[in-house]
Amino acid sequence: MLVANNLSLKVGEETHLLDVSFEMKRGGLYTILGRTLAGKTTLLKTIAGLVEPDSGHITLDDTDYSGRPVWQRNVAMVYQQFINYPHLTVFANVAFPLKKQRLSQTEIKSRVAKAIDQVGLKGFENRKIQELSGGQQQRVALARSLAKASEILLLDEPLVNLDYKLREQLREELKGLITEEFNAQGVVAYSSTDPLEAMQLGGELIVMDEGKILQQGPAKQVFEHPANTRVAEITNDPSMNLWNAHRDEGQFRIADGLNLDVPKHLSKVAAGPCILGFRANDITVAQDGVGFEVELSEISGSETILHLRRGDNRMIARVSGVFDAKIGDMIPVNINEGQLYAFATDSTLLHSPYEEKS
Amino acid sequence: MRTLYTTLKYLAVTLWTVFVVGPFLWALSTSFKDFNSVTSGAKYIPWLQFEPSLQGWQVLMRTPANGGVDIVEPFFNSVTVTCLASLISIVLGTLAAYALSRYQFKLGFVKNNDITFFFISQRIMPPVVLSIPFFIMLSTLGLLDSVIGLIMVYIVLLMPIAVWIMVDFFNKVPREIDETALIDGCNPFEAFFQVVLPNSIPGLVVAGMFCLIFGWTDFFFSFILTFTEVQLLPVRIVALNSSITPWWSLSAAALVSVAPLLIVAFVVERFLSKGNLSGALK
Repeated sequence: MLVANNLSLKVGEETHLLDVSFEMKRGGLYTILGRTLAGKTTLLKTIAGLVEPDSGHITLDDTDYSGRPVWQRNVAMVYQQFINYPHLTVFANVAFPLKKQRLSQTEIKSRVAKAIDQVGLKGFENRKIQELSGGQQQRVALARSLAKASEILLLDEPLVNLDYKLREQLREELKGLITEEFNAQGVVAYSSTDPLEAMQLGGELIVMDEGKILQQGPAKQVFEHPANTRVAEITNDPSMNLWNAHRDEGQFRIADGLNLDVPKHLSKVAAGPCILGFRANDITVAQDGVGFEVELSEISGSETILHLRRGDNRMIARVSGVFDAKIGDMIPVNINEGQLYAFATDSTLLHSPYEEKS
Repeated sequence: MRTLYTTLKYLAVTLWTVFVVGPFLWALSTSFKDFNSVTSGAKYIPWLQFEPSLQGWQVLMRTPANGGVDIVEPFFNSVTVTCLASLISIVLGTLAAYALSRYQFKLGFVKNNDITFFFISQRIMPPVVLSIPFFIMLSTLGLLDSVIGLIMVYIVLLMPIAVWIMVDFFNKVPREIDETALIDGCNPFEAFFQVVLPNSIPGLVVAGMFCLIFGWTDFFFSFILTFTEVQLLPVRIVALNSSITPWWSLSAAALVSVAPLLIVAFVVERFLSKGNLSGALK
């Protein structure tokens, strides 16, 4: 088990990590989800030993990792940039860490061959790195990490620099590889800015923001019960819509003429101010809906993202199909009240639509 | 329009070639002349306009006792001093540059950039400023007029070039490559020698070229810091000039002094065009 206790790191006035603690079990896949500059890479580098925290400890099983140099930790890491050794062939790249472990030639050969086969680069063994495409280069980096058979595998947004299609394809392969090949023996930590990616990978989710861990738990649970409004924003793309509201008898009053009925699961919300949250896909265009003005419309093939406004209240809606709206148009929409989240004014979660089911 | 552009381009290239190659050809032609051929008006083409003679070259090989100006010894002195000083400068300069590129140093208000500037500042001062301190230092150490003394001074002159070029080069090598090497089990020295250095060969070649050129062509310091025991080639060539300027042997000596750099340039150029150096890093 990989355990971190109260890791903190400040560089100058900037906080990179603040009191970060977690436990990662062997055989687990942990996705660190956060926006850019949330401290994800710093956290991974701290686990690897590339960054020394100001305070706090990291232990693997019962071995204290603090103060242990990088090259003596049994870690593998894949960067978001395609980092390989350009002066070596694909084979030599994958064999590099194994040679450092002083394995026998036959062992190295068989392990390298297996890893190269796993990432689908068979036949490319003698190529130079710069003769490969970006996706292939990242496959080499991945093969090097797999061949090493380390106890900790760190993947720092490994797919972010690939094009959309390749990303989808490699993500599936990657998930298969790390769950089948790697997971039995070690800990996998995967950082990402993409909530969808985090959900697809499944496993445990660690939500980070401004160097802090905001919430940790199984992906589905975090998605259904975000601890606060910030988690709700980070774990949704587009961000969850958040509105200041006032609970009255039977109604949430939002702003001039904009009211929502109180659904059953939110009946316990006390009268007074609160924050309401709802996802972009819980908005539908309906003739009997409330009129909203279109501020921006992005069509992405199978769906349309609409930025809508009514008075001071803005929201982002994701409607299926190509929806032809011009900027300034008024369109009537309904918000699915059954999917409303209620947060207290200090931003912590009060009630979630999944409460009764879970 | 296109033809005009091509014509202009070739015209410019031709002019430039004449400008660059002309002096060499002139020197080559002059080195095969004797006193009469030089003084009796401008003549360029051997056999046709003048009878070639090896006199100019022969003088260079003969010892002074036989009425010659031996440039063989100064030539090898120059080779020894330039090569050793360049080699030491590259080795030390590369290590310094890597440290400056990768680690943060702080001593009071002195930081990495200040240290890098300190190296480069050695080259900002006019050489004359350094000549007296160098002279006094070498004379105190008893190293005036010696190969070792010259090598020491040349290292001071050449290392800033190596540091400057290599800091810039290492800054362009992604730090993540070093980090990956560390993660893969290298200690910092192995990461440098096994991963960073093999990918820095283009930078090393460029820095080495500059060190060789600056070292080889220096006249000032070898002129001031040597007398009779050790002479370097540029000093000996200037010493050729007496009451009658022997243009033929001067030209021959000049060609000899340019030859090593030409050879280095051709070797590096072939190496570069093979693509061994370019594109090592994407």
